[in-house]
Amino acid sequence: MALAEVKEVAEHVAEKHGESGGSWIIHHILDSDTFFGLFPLPNYLTNHVMFMLIASILLIFALSRAASSYKKSFVPTGFTNLIEIFIVFIRDEVVKPTIGKGYEKFLPFLLTVFFFILTINFLGLIPNGSTATGNIAVTSGLALISFFMTQAAGIKKNGFLGYFKGLIPHGIPAFVLPVMIVVEVLGLLTKPFALAIRLFANMTAGHVIILSLIGLIFILKTVLVSPVSVGFALFIYFLEILVAFIQAYIFTILSSLFIGMAVHQEH
Amino acid sequence: MFYKTLLLLSESGTGPQSWLLDVNPGVLLWTIIIFIFLLLILKKVAWKPILTALDEREKFIRESIQKAEDAQKQAENMLKANQERLAKAEEEAQKIIGQGREYAEKVKEQILSESKDEARKMISEAQIIIERKNQEAFAKLKTEIAEIAVGAAEKIIRAELSVEKQKVLVDSYIEELNKN
Repeated sequence: MALAEVKEVAEHVAEKHGESGGSWIIHHILDSDTFFGLFPLPNYLTNHVMFMLIASILLIFALSRAASSYKKSFVPTGFTNLIEIFIVFIRDEVVKPTIGKGYEKFLPFLLTVFFFILTINFLGLIPNGSTATGNIAVTSGLALISFFMTQAAGIKKNGFLGYFKGLIPHGIPAFVLPVMIVVEVLGLLTKPFALAIRLFANMTAGHVIILSLIGLIFILKTVLVSPVSVGFALFIYFLEILVAFIQAYIFTILSSLFIGMAVHQEH
Repeated sequence: MFYKTLLLLSESGTGPQSWLLDVNPGVLLWTIIIFIFLLLILKKVAWKPILTALDEREKFIRESIQKAEDAQKQAENMLKANQERLAKAEEEAQKIIGQGREYAEKVKEQILSESKDEARKMISEAQIIIERKNQEAFAKLKTEIAEIAVGAAEKIIRAELSVEKQKVLVDSYIEELNKN
């Protein structure tokens, strides 16, 4: 009975997505024009944009509640405590050591980056949800913001010419200068590129693995493989929770590091 | 530029990704816009109040610890001062007791020597009086003896007695004297 049903579903999927076994996996990860796979969206919205908007609304609601609880009492309780752990961690372990003096100016930006990415990552773990950070356009947008923030911080601190002069190491012979300029500009551009690709790839990979493991049931057309599939998928799911934290943390600490390097060029 | 942006945004949903590495410029713009708005709103409603509250709390904790340390230091100083004062007071008391003892000793000695002197004086006075009484008694005795001798001579003369009789008379007189 169960076997026959699995076969039926597998044939249906194959029919719908063509014979190539993997294309339906990609289809589940890609951005779509239906929200949550159920509600059709107007032309100017996509599923990932909707998830970003939901993340933003959640964050504004949750964080403003946490902020207002400080007005009542200095001592945080419950939810505020949880939020505070992240904020203090980002402030003391990420931003302070990487930027150093004058870190307060960049704290709101980096905190927003961290919480935005974290919330989006977690929304992607909801069943039938979609990970906006698994879309390269989204991660590119975030990386671009980080890139422009870094350049702006560097230029504001060291002056326009001073900043770009500071990018080139001191005491190199003049004839190497053209090469160095090219290398440094490339280095400048690689940073946001790496940021975008890293976040995108990490958030996509977990989903691909989970879908592949579940897909094994339909590709092998047997329900007997399901304990293995479900077990491994569950493991990967837990791993994805970890990755959701780690990637938000890495994006934040790298952005912070780049800002720190742009502001304090003497190092 | 603004028109182009709007166009990109309006078309972001028309061509959802067909492959993983497709960059949908509409979604990219949406990301930037959403992020900037989120940053501005969160900065106002969340980060500023939370971060200032954290700073204030940290300042409050630091100040409290400082205050506690100061108070402890002060208490220790006070304890030290008190102990010093106590030690000084004890020393003073010991000194006063010592002085008192010394004074008492002195007074005792003085009284003793004074009383000794007094006693000596009294004794010497008594001796003088005894001497005088003695002399007086002696003088009285002398006159009495003389009178007795004169009386005895008178009796002898009156009786005109023989030598033997005189002897007997004298002897009896002496005997009489002894009796008296």
